[in-house]
Amino acid sequence: MKILVTIKRVSDPEAKLKIRPDGTGIQTEGVKFVVNPFDEIAVEEALRIKEKHTGEVVVVSIGDKVVTEQIRAALAMGVDRGIFVNYTGSYDSYDVAGILAKVVEQEQPDIIILGKQAVDDDMGQAGFMLAEMLGYPQAAFASKVEISDDKKTAKVTREIDGGLETKEVGLPCIITADLRLNTPRYASLPNIMKAKQKPVKEVTVDALGAVVKPHVTIKKLTEPPKRKGGVKVESVQDLVGKLKNEAKVL
Amino acid sequence: MSDKAVAKPVGGGFLLSGGQTADVFAPEQFTEEQLSFSETAVEFMEKEVLPLTEKMEDHDRKIETNVKLMKKAGEIGLLMIEIPEEYGGLGMDLSTSLKVSEAMARSGSFAATMLAHSGIGTLPIVYFGNEAQKKKYLPKLATGEMIAAYGLTETGYGSDALGAKTKAVLSPDKKYYVLNGEKQFITNSGFADLFIIYAKVDGEKFTAFIVERKSDGLSTAKEENKMGIKGSSTRSVIMNDVKVPVENVLGEIGKGHQSALGVLDIGRLKLGMASVGGSKEIIKYAVQYANQRMQFGQPISSFGMIRRKFADMMMKVYATESMSYRTSGMIDKAIHALDRNAPDFSKKAAKIFEDYDIEASIMKVYGSEVLGFVVDEAVQSYGGYGYIEDYPVARAYRDARINRIFEGTNEINRLLIPATILKRSMKGELDFMGRLNDILAEIKTDKVNKTPAPGLLGIESLAAETAKKITVYAAGIVVQKYMASLTDKAFNFGRGEYLFEQLANMMMETYAIDSTILRTLKLKDLKGESAIAMPLMLTRAFVYETLNKVTLIARHVLGDAAEDHADEFATYEKALSKLTFTYGLDLSGTKEKIAARIVEKEGYVL
Repeated sequence: MKILVTIKRVSDPEAKLKIRPDGTGIQTEGVKFVVNPFDEIAVEEALRIKEKHTGEVVVVSIGDKVVTEQIRAALAMGVDRGIFVNYTGSYDSYDVAGILAKVVEQEQPDIIILGKQAVDDDMGQAGFMLAEMLGYPQAAFASKVEISDDKKTAKVTREIDGGLETKEVGLPCIITADLRLNTPRYASLPNIMKAKQKPVKEVTVDALGAVVKPHVTIKKLTEPPKRKGGVKVESVQDLVGKLKNEAKVL
Repeated sequence: MSDKAVAKPVGGGFLLSGGQTADVFAPEQFTEEQLSFSETAVEFMEKEVLPLTEKMEDHDRKIETNVKLMKKAGEIGLLMIEIPEEYGGLGMDLSTSLKVSEAMARSGSFAATMLAHSGIGTLPIVYFGNEAQKKKYLPKLATGEMIAAYGLTETGYGSDALGAKTKAVLSPDKKYYVLNGEKQFITNSGFADLFIIYAKVDGEKFTAFIVERKSDGLSTAKEENKMGIKGSSTRSVIMNDVKVPVENVLGEIGKGHQSALGVLDIGRLKLGMASVGGSKEIIKYAVQYANQRMQFGQPISSFGMIRRKFADMMMKVYATESMSYRTSGMIDKAIHALDRNAPDFSKKAAKIFEDYDIEASIMKVYGSEVLGFVVDEAVQSYGGYGYIEDYPVARAYRDARINRIFEGTNEINRLLIPATILKRSMKGELDFMGRLNDILAEIKTDKVNKTPAPGLLGIESLAAETAKKITVYAAGIVVQKYMASLTDKAFNFGRGEYLFEQLANMMMETYAIDSTILRTLKLKDLKGESAIAMPLMLTRAFVYETLNKVTLIARHVLGDAAEDHADEFATYEKALSKLTFTYGLDLSGTKEKIAARIVEKEGYVL
């Protein structure tokens, strides 16, 4: 079976980020970029499904040339080939879903796995939109995935308040990966060497026939307000007074 | 295909001639693939090793924890880097392996475990094993299915390793050797599956053997209670009539010193680089702490004496890193030129490591002492908390100490540096005497160049040339003065060591100056001048301070050589002053700029 996994290049979640003076984005100089951690989990799940049921794992990423670094990182985990959608303009989740839908039309995968959200903008919409555009069944926030022996359905579990919910969806389907689905493997040194030889196909948005027309634009990024130091109060009366008059919560 | 013709490698050659940036390898030249290797190692350290630090140091759980981690390291390919592809490895070069060693050094204990296995434990078989031995053992060592250890030291024979007492006697049916003896301080001995053991056949012929743990008569003593690297296993290995099949003789009978010392050169280079990795980690901790710790209403990272420490740490680590990769680059280039398919390839490769034994000794000594400096100043930056085991620098301080002792003490390695240069000169491999005569002629005719060449780091390049000349001159005076005594054991072990130690220091600092300048110039070629502000400041401050140091040592050596004869010293001093090149630099101002960046970036960031 063929599994398509989408990956996004994001700033390292551990990096200390600064906003550009004009507020349009973050300063990227000296910042390390990685595969979105939820997408890494998606890659791992795809590799496990392949190992159990045989088949092919393909990753796709959208952006400028630098995203091929993340494609290589996925190839070094064991993915078979990559698709690099070369697009340097701005786009929103709807555009991403539109581009991915075209890739799905070309590739005809049995399963499409996405991270449940990207840790940079935390939108978490592309998976749902993609399912809607394709008319595919979807199972979001997966914490466990089992493919039936006849490879026709997938049983997908997700964590809900106070328990688990398991759904069965017919293939082809969309799955989004949650944090506890698995622990991604290391890119082993031999696999890093093999990754060099694996094919990465470059395509453009136009060639795919996708239309990018953002509905959402980022107006401004601001840093969260700095926390001010607390004050010590002398008595309960003082405290009540401050809560009433300054904090205005009483 | 045959070996490509390249300039014959000359270890120690840095002292006699100018280097070329084109020939220098800098870590900034690593490929995406090599950096990915290093990233996997970093991730492995962060996710698997560092969380287990406490468990690893626990006496009862030490062995299972180490074995588990080694198997995992093997699974993801961290143990197979230098093993040839035909034996299940990756066949990568020394520079790649150093880059990974740097990452592993974030745990002193695990670095010791891993380097003992993949370095001195495995490499004797890679370079000196026969086909059958390579086929039998290397694939298992590559994956961590077998873990290796190296047994050279004995109770009475540490630095004097070739004096070893362990005996090997051929059995009457000539099918095996019977080994008797005890090896001491053996890293990985608690869990290693095979040991490279050095023993004397018939009590005379120093020979290497591959000894499996399961052999009857082989046992290990209790774990040593060490000062640091407590997470690694160190025991004595006791051999009581251990039968080792004749096919497990490694290399030739009586030529055990080749592998014993050959792999130590590689071990020393790796240790130098591991020191760099450890230092970078500690710099990060020290700066982060100093940024948070408030005194007098401001972070202590704003105080000059603390900032000076950070600048010094950074300068020294930059220099060590530059020397390390320059050395590995030279070795890799020489090995690349060999015909890989030739039957004597591994022998020739081993010979190349031997050619660079001077640099290997320098890296071992310099790296371990820089790390010693960094952990010491880090403890100081932490103040009282630095002395408390709950904070990371106390462990680092204890862990670092062994580096100046193992893989040949720094004393032995210091002796080797000038001794090998002199030996090569006697053999005609290094034209030391020719260079000395040129310098003496320059002094005599007052033709010492003191005009810096135009261009970037012109002054510093002249400083490097000066350091080389002063070092050759001081060494030359020692040789001239004590020529007759150099074959006398009492002189060599006594006064000779006082002199050789100082000469070694001059040679090391000169290599550091030279390599730092070459790397920075290389960076200019790679990235352009505007992108190398930090390397330029590091180079300027380091070269300035170090040239002054070299000049001072030279004066001391010449004072020693004059043996209190005032007129003799006056002659030497006059010559020295003709060679000396002095210039002024706002050293503290430069260090302050370096420190400002470290404090902002919280770590070793160029």
